[in-house]
Amino acid sequence: MTQQLQILDEIEPELIDRVVATRRDVVLKYARMGALASAPIALALGANQAFGQELPQKIVDVLNFALTLEYLEAAFYNEGNKSRGLIPRDYRTVFKTIGAHENAHVKLLQGALGSAAVAAPAVDFTAGGKYPDVFENFDTFLTLSQTFEDLGVAAYKGQAGNLIGNGAILTIALQIHSVEARHASEVRRIGLRLGWDGAFDKPMSKAAVLTAATPFLA
Amino acid sequence: MTTAAGLSRRHVLKWAGATTGIMVAGAMLPNFGISAALAADLGEGDVGVLNYAYALEQLEAAFYTQVIATPFNKMQANDQLILTQIRDHEIAHRDFLKGALGRNAIPDLEVDFSAVDFSSRKSVLGTAEVFENLGVAAYNGAGQLIRNVDYLAAAGSIVSIEARHAAAISDLINAFSKDTVGMQVDKSGLDGALLPSQVLPQAAPFIVTPVTANSLA
Repeated sequence: MTQQLQILDEIEPELIDRVVATRRDVVLKYARMGALASAPIALALGANQAFGQELPQKIVDVLNFALTLEYLEAAFYNEGNKSRGLIPRDYRTVFKTIGAHENAHVKLLQGALGSAAVAAPAVDFTAGGKYPDVFENFDTFLTLSQTFEDLGVAAYKGQAGNLIGNGAILTIALQIHSVEARHASEVRRIGLRLGWDGAFDKPMSKAAVLTAATPFLA
Repeated sequence: MTTAAGLSRRHVLKWAGATTGIMVAGAMLPNFGISAALAADLGEGDVGVLNYAYALEQLEAAFYTQVIATPFNKMQANDQLILTQIRDHEIAHRDFLKGALGRNAIPDLEVDFSAVDFSSRKSVLGTAEVFENLGVAAYNGAGQLIRNVDYLAAAGSIVSIEARHAAAISDLINAFSKDTVGMQVDKSGLDGALLPSQVLPQAAPFIVTPVTANSLA
């Protein structure tokens, strides 16, 4: 967040005045989250990952980070889509399609990483009992769905800069990023909310994303 | 009217032709059909990409401004709320890019929406869907042309909003359909990504830049 604010500040001072006024609470929240981040990074990415020989380490790291999030999302929708009576009929097409996308993203990133791909993490969508009815209560499911989608958008956005110089991989990451944003918008709409929080989406650092995701990793 | 159409057609040709002839920083960039003197002001590399985005945001902002100024028949409160917010976002994007470009910004573009029936919900939303999806693909394809990490971050903060718009518009057209999350998403789960040379021919019919006849020569 801090970095993003600096970026915007350099580009257009007037905008930042407007944006910062509405973002101050978010900034503070992220700042607090960042302090907790070191343990989850190790947890989520694993210590024994194999490394691809063709891709630079920096890119392998980004892709494994993305893959971890995609594993989480895919597992979430796979479970939700097979939970009888969870998703109202009207919304099943949307969640089936989202689930298919997340599984496709997993496959794509695994393919790009080859032997360097991390394994799927163990998951706990109740977050240690905080959301015990996640696959029984549609409102709970919807809340977590929006959380994961908005988190995914912010996560990819936060990593784009690390992919400058590798046009092919950057483009693929951007093509996933906007799909996550489509998901986020529609999931919000199903929850009777607007599909966005404002005119500009915010990036999140890897540490902040992992902190947010950690409660769902068993 | 005839004159406008003639200008418009000549712009289409100019834009389409430009994509094969202009190489800037290793990337194909448009000259936007403006005069040679102004085209020089596009600058190289990242400035050219930002001007490209600025042109598309100008187009979108002008479109939604018209949509709200002349509401289609029986516009519902939900339509109005969403379209008004999208208008405000596109204006914010346009102004942001203009500010970022400073004196390198291309001039205000004159638009031509004569192909749109603003009294028709179907025509308006159909056009909006085209613009949003084109915008998403344009930003996705242009990302790799950007060298400055700050500009890439700024573009990233805009493109996901365009994708959110695209979903919302598709939902207004056909609620909870596959299109809401899946329009122009392929079997690998990837969204569209187009180069400027692929985007501009689709945008050009809607743009009539305020240029003199000399610049069309």
